[in-house]
Amino acid sequence: MTATTTQEMAPPAPPGFLEWLRKNLFSSWLNSLLTIIGAVVTFFSLVNLVSWAFTKADWRPVTVAPLLYLVGQYPRPELWRPGLSLLIFAFLIGMSWGVWKRYMRVFAIFLAVLLAVMTFFPLETATITLPIRGVMLASAVLIYLGYLLGHTSFILPRHVVIGWLVALLLVPLVILPGIQGSDLLPFVPTNAWGGLLITLLLSVGGILLSFPFGVLLALGRRSSLPVVKWSSIVFIEVVRGVPLVTILFMFSIILVLFLPSESRIDRVIRALIGIVIFSAAYTAENVRGGLQAIPPGQIEAAKALGLRNYHITRLIVLPQALRLVIPNIVGQFISLFKDTTLVYIVGINDLLGIGNAILNLNPQFVRLQMEVYLFIAIIFWIFSYFMSYASLQLEKALGVGER
Amino acid sequence: MDEANKDGKPIIIAREVHKWFDNFHALKGVSMEVKPGEVIVIFGPSGSGKSTFIRTLNRLEEHQKGTIIIDGIELSHDVRNIERVRSEIGMVFQQFNLFPHLTVLENITLAPIWVRNWKKDKAEQVARQLLERVGIPEQADKFPGQLSGGQQQRVAIARALAMQPKIMLFDEPTSALDPEMIKEVLDVMVELARSGMTMLVVTHEMSFARAVAHRMYFFDAGNIIETGTPEQIFKSPQEDRTKLFLSQILEH
Repeated sequence: MTATTTQEMAPPAPPGFLEWLRKNLFSSWLNSLLTIIGAVVTFFSLVNLVSWAFTKADWRPVTVAPLLYLVGQYPRPELWRPGLSLLIFAFLIGMSWGVWKRYMRVFAIFLAVLLAVMTFFPLETATITLPIRGVMLASAVLIYLGYLLGHTSFILPRHVVIGWLVALLLVPLVILPGIQGSDLLPFVPTNAWGGLLITLLLSVGGILLSFPFGVLLALGRRSSLPVVKWSSIVFIEVVRGVPLVTILFMFSIILVLFLPSESRIDRVIRALIGIVIFSAAYTAENVRGGLQAIPPGQIEAAKALGLRNYHITRLIVLPQALRLVIPNIVGQFISLFKDTTLVYIVGINDLLGIGNAILNLNPQFVRLQMEVYLFIAIIFWIFSYFMSYASLQLEKALGVGER
Repeated sequence: MDEANKDGKPIIIAREVHKWFDNFHALKGVSMEVKPGEVIVIFGPSGSGKSTFIRTLNRLEEHQKGTIIIDGIELSHDVRNIERVRSEIGMVFQQFNLFPHLTVLENITLAPIWVRNWKKDKAEQVARQLLERVGIPEQADKFPGQLSGGQQQRVAIARALAMQPKIMLFDEPTSALDPEMIKEVLDVMVELARSGMTMLVVTHEMSFARAVAHRMYFFDAGNIIETGTPEQIFKSPQEDRTKLFLSQILEH
């Protein structure tokens, strides 16, 4: 086996822009025609949209009550509590950016810029008071300070994880609802919560709680114990066969009829349980796909080393299986995030619910659905986009597809 | 326990081991005794049950009849006994079966840390010594996918040795390798055999058998057909099936 002595020529340099145009957009007369039609349609739609947005559109239903979109009816004297929550999360997002760099970078910078812009955004209404603007600006600054701190060697990823865990328990369980009978943190019932606050609470809570539950279900489905196996299968198949709306109705209305009135669970928590159950069944099926892709030789090798079943699952099977299904799981979480709007039908005022309430309660806004829905769509798009962006970065870093 | 291992008492006792895969009778009463420090080569046509047999020794396959006693522990349904036996027996597979999501060093330290409860420092120190021993100390921080087949198999040997096993099982360790990589793996195995490790090796590498095997077993159709020293097997095989098989694998 002697190597060939002639050197192979390097491939030609990548074609220039004109060459790219010719190849991709004007390769045949049909292709050229489609390109031109597409360009014309896109151009005029964009021109119309932009001119509509800046001249014809009436953005009052959006600008008249920014606080409603953010926190719903949360009592105004207690607004410092969502404000404090925002500051805490801004700081954590900043530290996460410093520690994990590229997964959080774009999101953190975007959020900081958005908050800074909102601080100085001119609004006709006086509901966004000076302190609120101050909190927004402080949040933007805290993101950056968190980044600087996360960058140092004092802060390890594990500290930031602990910080997130504490904040994720403290904010929705103590700071926002308060404590019954407390003067410092008076109780705020969840029917006063609304808007983006509820949307984020339900989706973040739904994602974080359904993930471990779904993984356990997926493992349960492959268990050798018949009771565990069959109860997992029944759970997954029943839940997957029922629409989310039905589950939400069941938990919001029907469940109450069976429980004694004094043990009534809060309605937001009921909706959250419904979302978690629904999402867990889908997570379980996604994870099962990953579990099935692990070659049996991996488990045999681990067994041969004397590892116990629990360690084999935790150290060998799950890390590989979860890595394989990141794209599916993130896709599922993005749709879960959007599906939380369904809680509107059980009377919870999430972002979409607030939009509808503003449209319905003010006769002068009756024809302005377009503005409201576009605004809400943009907010949903921003969050969804960053979720899929983070997933892409994670896939790259973990080398999904390269084994 | 130590007494039993010395002065030639067998560390592996298999008596009349039977194994069925559904209706297929894969092992038809295999008996074998192996003393500490012995190197056993098992060979035979594919489907003869040789891999199945060594996989019953660490219970990757369950035997349905007969007795297997490893270092004084009888293999039964007792999970704790199975785990104890497995941590005394290292195994090397045809397909390496390294953990692709862990680095070479993590592959080797995993079992010592989680089964033996070693400190990470100690486990890593031992792992680096083992990598030195199998000749690839510089690959410690790479992932298995970045190594050649021969290097991966040497990592797999180091991984098994990290548990400081009393017995090593090799299930066709060179069958998945390109010819130029077979030697580097065999060299490691020969060194290991000469160091006094008890080894059961399923292989068709007759050069390895000649160099270090104490005894050879010829398997066919789920049974041991013939056994003897390499000299007896190569010079004067008794059974026709052994002669035929040897002529087939030695001809090429």
